[in-house]
Amino acid sequence: MAHGFLIHDDHDHVGVAVRDLQAGDSVTGVYQKSLKETRITLREAVPLGHKVALKNLNQGDQIIEYNAVIGVATQAISVGNHVHVHNIKSVRWA
Amino acid sequence: MTQTTFFGYRRANGAVGSRNYVAIIPVDDLSNAAVEGVAHLAPGTLPLPHPYGRLQFGEDLDLHFRTLIGTGSNANIAAAVVIGIEPNWTKKVVEGIAKTGKPVSGFSIEGHGDTETIATAVRQAREYLYYASELRREEVPIADAIFSTKCGESDTTSGLGSNPAVGVAVDWLVEHGARVIFGETTEITGAEHIIAERCVNDTVRSRYLAMHENYQELVRSQGVDLLGSQPTQGNIAGGLSTIEEKALGNIQKTGTSPIVDALEPAMAPTVKGLSFMDSSSAAAEFITLMGAAGSVFHFFTTGQGNIVGNPVVPVLKTTANPHTAQSMAEHIDVDISGLLSMEMTLSQAGQALLDMMFRNLNGRLTATEVLGHKEFVFTKLYRSS
Repeated sequence: MAHGFLIHDDHDHVGVAVRDLQAGDSVTGVYQKSLKETRITLREAVPLGHKVALKNLNQGDQIIEYNAVIGVATQAISVGNHVHVHNIKSVRWA
Repeated sequence: MTQTTFFGYRRANGAVGSRNYVAIIPVDDLSNAAVEGVAHLAPGTLPLPHPYGRLQFGEDLDLHFRTLIGTGSNANIAAAVVIGIEPNWTKKVVEGIAKTGKPVSGFSIEGHGDTETIATAVRQAREYLYYASELRREEVPIADAIFSTKCGESDTTSGLGSNPAVGVAVDWLVEHGARVIFGETTEITGAEHIIAERCVNDTVRSRYLAMHENYQELVRSQGVDLLGSQPTQGNIAGGLSTIEEKALGNIQKTGTSPIVDALEPAMAPTVKGLSFMDSSSAAAEFITLMGAAGSVFHFFTTGQGNIVGNPVVPVLKTTANPHTAQSMAEHIDVDISGLLSMEMTLSQAGQALLDMMFRNLNGRLTATEVLGHKEFVFTKLYRSS
């Protein structure tokens, strides 16, 4: 497939890999609602189902997916970084 | 899709089912041996052993009876034999199931022993097998059936693909007058505001939010949080990072219909449309509650590969994860991994689920049925006295 990740909503900060992506890959992502496309370069490997940052984020910034808050950044995150439990956390039960 | 009927079993109370079992139901743990004995001597019956029913009290006991009576009343069951250690509770379950008008008989073990109880009960079970075997499927509307949905071993492909596809199917069912139940109280944490907004009125909304808050309070009262268990290790391996992300993916499978009711565990939905049920997110417990609430067909989405089934409710399993679709193909009824490669649209995936649903409702076995998955697990609210 041509695209490497999908994005739920046009406002989202992250995309979800639909195949295993390698560091250095230049990959296209498709917005599921608008079918618009975007292209980014991976800073690190992102396995299928894992998230990649589409926006530079500072520590403490809210992370938006599904056009809703899924957590906050625990460190600075750059476009193309793998976004997961090592750099974001829940704002619930905290 | 133009098809809005299937070939099912119409029961005396008007409920419609997709299966036609003679169930052998123990009231309590002590009666499992007799239940298994009857099922052994009357092959073709469905024994439903479980580990509870002694010294429960209050709300927990109410839920136990509601689960037993609800399961026996499920339209997938043609007739039921109930066996309990003592006569009073046995009678209570029999009387509850009898309200549906279906054949049901109870037997108690005290004063008789297992052997005599089995001998008496098995004669009744055989009569029920003759009775059930002569019932015929007839054309019944989707609008008369109850459905349910849950996801398990979810990953981000659930939120991207399989859950929104089930959402399409759920919207279609609701539009055609069916009753559909979802739940998973804890797993909506982070998306409860969205569910609350979708409630039809303030009464339903405040009942839903009270259920949500009660469980949060229970967790707090234990002096812990659920961060260690939600998301699960399987969820995290699949790419889900937080409970909020899991919840936002979870609710995709509820579609866009208004939420017409917020039900206590194991309560049958009386209003047409989509209802929330206060329920555990543990798969086997959840589907057991759905069966007790009258669900005759369940949609289950998985990412990493949950394999749960239920003895009474056929479970259609679907995934959008191409690895799981391949490595666990025997567990998957409908592979919709084409959603990720964009070779399939969401409406095509929803349609594929509905197509398989109709085949399953008409009698085709699901993968869980072929594989023999019969997880029957009660929700217990607190320890017995």
